[in-house]
Amino acid sequence: MSAAATTIAHEAPPQSGPRAFIRRLTRGDELAHLITLVFAAGILLLTSMIVYELWINSHLSRTKFGWDFFWTRIWDPNFDNFGAAPFIYGTLVTSAVALIIAVPLGLASAIFLSELAPRKISDGVSFLIDLLAAVPSVIYGLLGIFIVVPLMRTTLGPMLIHSVGNVPYIGALFRGPNYGVGFLTAGIVLAIMVVPYIISVSREVLLTVPREQREAALAMGATRWESTWQVVVPWARTGIMGSIFLALARALGETMAVTMVIGNAARINPSLLGPGDTIASTIANQFTEATGDLYLSALIELGLVLFLITFILNGLARILIVLTERGGGHPS
Amino acid sequence: MSSPRLMWRKSLNHVMLSLTGVAAFGVVSILFLILGYLMWNGGASLSWSFFTQLPKPVGEVGGGMANAIVGSLKLLLLAAVMGLPVGLLAGVYLAEFGGNTFSFIIRYTADLLNGVPSIVIGIFAYSIAVLPVKHFSTLAGGVALGIMVIPITVRSTEEFLRAVPGSLREAAMALGASKWKTIATVVLPAASGGILTGMLLALARVAGETAPLLFTAFSNRFWSQGWGQPIASLPVMIYTYAIAPYDDWHRQAWAAGLVLLGLVLLSNLGARYILARTKVV
Amino acid sequence: MEKTKTHASQHPLRLKISNLNFFYGPKQAVFGLSLDIPINRITALIGPSGCGKSTFLRTLNRMNETIRHTRVEGEVLLDGQDIHAMDVVGLRRRVGMVFQRPNPFPKSIYDNVAYGLRINGFSGRLDDLVEHSLRRAALWEEVKDYLKKSAFALSGGQQQRLCIARALAVDPEVLLLDEPCSALDPVTTAKIEELMFQLKDSCTMAIVTHNMQQAARASDFTAFMLDGKLIEHSETPKLFTTPSDPRTEAYITGRFG
Repeated sequence: MSAAATTIAHEAPPQSGPRAFIRRLTRGDELAHLITLVFAAGILLLTSMIVYELWINSHLSRTKFGWDFFWTRIWDPNFDNFGAAPFIYGTLVTSAVALIIAVPLGLASAIFLSELAPRKISDGVSFLIDLLAAVPSVIYGLLGIFIVVPLMRTTLGPMLIHSVGNVPYIGALFRGPNYGVGFLTAGIVLAIMVVPYIISVSREVLLTVPREQREAALAMGATRWESTWQVVVPWARTGIMGSIFLALARALGETMAVTMVIGNAARINPSLLGPGDTIASTIANQFTEATGDLYLSALIELGLVLFLITFILNGLARILIVLTERGGGHPS
Repeated sequence: MSSPRLMWRKSLNHVMLSLTGVAAFGVVSILFLILGYLMWNGGASLSWSFFTQLPKPVGEVGGGMANAIVGSLKLLLLAAVMGLPVGLLAGVYLAEFGGNTFSFIIRYTADLLNGVPSIVIGIFAYSIAVLPVKHFSTLAGGVALGIMVIPITVRSTEEFLRAVPGSLREAAMALGASKWKTIATVVLPAASGGILTGMLLALARVAGETAPLLFTAFSNRFWSQGWGQPIASLPVMIYTYAIAPYDDWHRQAWAAGLVLLGLVLLSNLGARYILARTKVV
Repeated sequence: MEKTKTHASQHPLRLKISNLNFFYGPKQAVFGLSLDIPINRITALIGPSGCGKSTFLRTLNRMNETIRHTRVEGEVLLDGQDIHAMDVVGLRRRVGMVFQRPNPFPKSIYDNVAYGLRINGFSGRLDDLVEHSLRRAALWEEVKDYLKKSAFALSGGQQQRLCIARALAVDPEVLLLDEPCSALDPVTTAKIEELMFQLKDSCTMAIVTHNMQQAARASDFTAFMLDGKLIEHSETPKLFTTPSDPRTEAYITGRFG
């Protein structure tokens, strides 16, 4: 050990032999990065391909009908005349009915689960409701055909026709021949299918409302209900809106259950008890029967329309949910 | 403070709060209604022949759905092979190499893909796998289901990878592990419980899908050979039999519905159970 | 200042740090730090919270590179070699680290210790190497019958000793310890300090600690840092009894930090 300040030069660890090994190691990192990146980019590629294929294969129909496709009320395969208006109508009506039923039901349940139920029951019930969301569409359709449709035909339909059917204006919604299938039936089945989404998201958002908010209201002498409805729910309203958008997006794209109970008629029917079709149910029913390129192209154009609608809705829903998270649930 | 007003507020309070309870109870009882109906109507029709026999010709009573059960399994296998690796690796990318605008776009696109109605996915699979060869096939059905598996898998993989604490990664790196080794030998194993349940849930979800199969895998009265022929599947059989006018077919539809629902619910319950048990650290 | 530096540098050095500057993005955390870390001795780094001692420690095995937007200037020599010129994976095999909170892998005790060995492709009998490391970490007797059990079955103090064993398994020349006892009780802390004393002969150690008594008890050299700068560095007894710099004295006597 010399007196001068030096560092001991140890033998350098073998750099030459494992130098190649080391290079392989760092290349391993880059390789992993590359491979995973390729697969991630693949998702982007896949989605672009979907849009591309929809666009290309609907070419015949788009060029023939142009924008008129959206408001032509005739869908006539025999004369190669295709208009999407009945199905857009059907999609909107069934979704509207579904939301009118599901939102109050779902919001009420969410309020019960977040505000009133003890935590354990709330978690348990929430779990069961999540299971409802896992039930396949075709099974809802099965139940729709054999439970809801007969119910509508024998009990609910006549009841509505005789009561609300006579009221001016609104009564027009509940007229006409009632076979059990139709917009209302589809709307009811859809409502059952989307209510779990509203409940689970709304419940979560409601649970994040700070307890000080509730306490502030109660301390001023508000009843439990008043504090909930006038303070807690408004606080969470952006997130609840987001859940409704998500439910709507789901309802719009729902195919099987609707196909099985809507009656399959390419008509705009003012009565909710009458048969109709949605965009999705039309595609499902007629795709394999489509004779001729124009027919198929028109169906694919319907698919494109559906894609765009759900794309926009999902985007909006996402923005709403992000806004909720950013503002910490604060109503903006 | 007028007393009638107070009484009104109080009774409103009671009524509204009770209504919320009724609503929640109502929604939950729907679940039990579904299960009950399926078990009642489907249980009676479940027999050994249901699982082992092929469908009988139209109008004849009896037969089973053996080919549909096997068909669903074959389609699920294809979906798993095609979709799970993509979802897994993309999820690894997002969790381990991400953090920039590109990964934001990927994540957004995956969510978008998740929201696309399954029938539109079916149209896409039709245009790339059925149109070129002019016939329906198991492969086309597998493609459609495989696409649907991807976004669910990406989401759950990324989520569970992110949940692995940074201290574990640091420990591995401090020992001289390179980044990919850290991921492969420490992070992935730690997140494996959650990732696997995510995959199981993804498969359970697509197992019940009908719409995308209607014009890709179509259906088949007999056994389907290989991967290039149309193939029967449980959901499509349920649909076909339910809308037909034959009572015997209706009974079989209930039975098939019970089997399908049973499988789906069991997978969901199983997945949650595994998840609850394998909590990371 | 000159006098204190030559004390450490009169020993053979394992690590020599010259004029180190470290930046988190635009913010500088370490200013012109020069330090000698002698071989087979324990060097303690003390200073108030936020003085940069952990940041500095982590530059020695380039762990700060896992954080984005960080920058290092200056020279760190390990046995005369520039650590920024060598392969980082190889560096980390030679300079090991034990962290503030025990962070065993969710694997068995055996697999935790064997991890470093396996990924570095060590030859020889794994069982023997694992046992050797566990003995060095004074944990062997307590776990020898439970090697296949999960590491989480151990107590906090045992887990930390396991992490030490895991770090020792690859036979590092230097062991960096970042407040290793801050999450542990005094009895366990004493065990680990004794362990460090036994390891000294075969391992150079640098320990960051906010516990001055620990530094005074366990180390041979102590470096005092303040606001990212090295204020004083000398043999531990000297620094704690007759510090040269008034700021050192203020810190030691508890006037701040």
